[in-house]
Amino acid sequence: MGDILSIVMKRLGLGLVTLLVISIIIFGAVELLPGDIAQAVLGQGATAENLAALREQLGLNEAAPVRYLKWLGGAVTGDFGSSLVSQTPVAEAISQRFANTLFLASYAALISVPVAIFLGVLVALYRNTVFDRVANVVTLTSISSPEFFLGYILILFFAVKGGYFPAIATIDDDMSILDKLDRTFLPALTMVLVVVAHMMRMTRASIINLLASPYVEMARLKGVPAWKVIVKHTLPNAWAPVINVVALNLAYLITGVVLVEVVFVYPGIGQLLVDAVTKRDFPVVQACCLIFAATFILLNLAADVGSILTNPRLRHPK
Amino acid sequence: MNYFIIGFYALLIGASSIAAYNQKRTAFLLLFSLTLVSFVMGIVGGESMLWGVTILAAIIAFSAGVSYSFREFLVILLPLEMSKEMKTAPLTAGFGLFVIFTYTIAGVFAPVIAPFGEAEVISSAFAPADENMLLGADQLGRDMFSRIIYGARNTVGLALLATILAFLMGATAGLYAATKGGKLDQLLGRIVDVIMSIPSLIFSLLLLSIFGTNTATLIIVIAIIYAPRVFRLARSVGGNVVVMDYIEAAKLRGEGTWYLIRKEILPNSKAPLIAEFGLEFCFVFLLVAGLSFLGLGIQPPTADWGSMVRENATLISFGEITPLIPAGAIALLTVAVNFVVDWMLDRSSGLKE
Repeated sequence: MGDILSIVMKRLGLGLVTLLVISIIIFGAVELLPGDIAQAVLGQGATAENLAALREQLGLNEAAPVRYLKWLGGAVTGDFGSSLVSQTPVAEAISQRFANTLFLASYAALISVPVAIFLGVLVALYRNTVFDRVANVVTLTSISSPEFFLGYILILFFAVKGGYFPAIATIDDDMSILDKLDRTFLPALTMVLVVVAHMMRMTRASIINLLASPYVEMARLKGVPAWKVIVKHTLPNAWAPVINVVALNLAYLITGVVLVEVVFVYPGIGQLLVDAVTKRDFPVVQACCLIFAATFILLNLAADVGSILTNPRLRHPK
Repeated sequence: MNYFIIGFYALLIGASSIAAYNQKRTAFLLLFSLTLVSFVMGIVGGESMLWGVTILAAIIAFSAGVSYSFREFLVILLPLEMSKEMKTAPLTAGFGLFVIFTYTIAGVFAPVIAPFGEAEVISSAFAPADENMLLGADQLGRDMFSRIIYGARNTVGLALLATILAFLMGATAGLYAATKGGKLDQLLGRIVDVIMSIPSLIFSLLLLSIFGTNTATLIIVIAIIYAPRVFRLARSVGGNVVVMDYIEAAKLRGEGTWYLIRKEILPNSKAPLIAEFGLEFCFVFLLVAGLSFLGLGIQPPTADWGSMVRENATLISFGEITPLIPAGAIALLTVAVNFVVDWMLDRSSGLKE
């Protein structure tokens, strides 16, 4: 067991280092601004006094590494400074919206993961039949469509023409959970469509890889029934790739959410990020990017750790 | 019950019986499952749903016909070596090639095809379609059809430029790292790991918020974000080629690194790189479309599919499909490229990933 532990710890350490490097990139990118933040906010016509005052207020007179350490220290304790536009603390604006985004993403994940794995295994079992080919074309089409295309199609048919679900997914805290689920059904469905297609293809590929391996053929040749081949022989080895697929797609969900939130006017962190980018509100942009990147890395880490823990061969690397 | 519904089911069941009688297993399965699906759909959605199924089937049959004839056309036209490959291509690949061909024509000859200029205001806002304007007017009264045609030039052109730039950077660095190895290889590998661990949409938003959104910045930012993926593939493909004996021989002959990359490694890693180019183009194209949709890509008044969707999005709530047309144009091209890539990967199978 000590062996696995050290592999997992190594992987976690690597993830932490990556996160640190990314925080440097996110902080450093803003330093690349022509002039500095004060100049960018006030524009060309700013007087010297105004610039100096704003620099003082933002603490720009200190050296970049000092400011980075302060920013990082604040970020770790949940303090991202205050917004340039509204002057309110960034953390306040983000926390509620981040919860909303997580709600939407987990809603989509709860539907898509079981469906995708089931369909992926099914398609792998019936590979090279007409169903497989139809599924291939359908999933490719779904992957290739931009999220806003799927989103607007769903709005057109389910909200405008059908009237089954609301087209705009505004939610607030007072709503009951059922209300929320109803309101956010269409955005969740949009993401489900894209993610299911991705996951189905990846599950199919990894299951087919397994089905082609000699020990599965051996099991078949000695007369094991088909379902038993899958459940007893293939599944234990299939967990690692499947966990990988799930985690990767959850990571995708977290970022794919940006476009979907804008289409459905959902009060999530993605929309906040887009607004902040248009208004050039750098503290908010930095905070949102850091949160997205951290979630992305965490999920990728989870994928790696999960596949190490479930795969006997990875537990004993040569 | 009316004649349409009876005819619909009679046709489907009749066709599947004929297929079953003639031992056409695939056709029978397809037809009969279509029958079952439309049975369920008919109960849930009524007659209008059945019409939807019929129209969908007609569209699919039509595009299958187009792809078939385009493929045969290419088989006749191309030199023998390539036409052999074409003959075995699936219909989806034929469809993909046809769509790419159409978009190329539209993009190259945009000023000739489009009846109006891309920024020309010719009628009132959101005017409905008439004999002058095939698809009606947009939110400023510009001709939608002309803007779609120009969009083929602007959006696709930009995505293509960004992909080519990303490819030049990524493939060159990747093959160089594979040939040279050592510290440089390690360093590039680590940099690539870091860039790839930031989600691409988020990273591009960060960079665009800083450097502003003009076309040149957009291309460079996207190229930087996507070059690492190309680097990884080029590095791994090149790594497999570098250990071959003929590379050793060339090295002993005293050839320089650039000669090795150009004359020995590149020709032997062409197939996966070309397929990767197609995939990469899809990613870049979707990213460009997404950024434009968010208002951070190509800036107005240049016609661009992503921003056209956003500008006309209000029409959706009146049940108009206008905003879906540019979005569909994006989806169609990506699907087409993906179909072709799928075929190419299948042909050189074993090179997946």
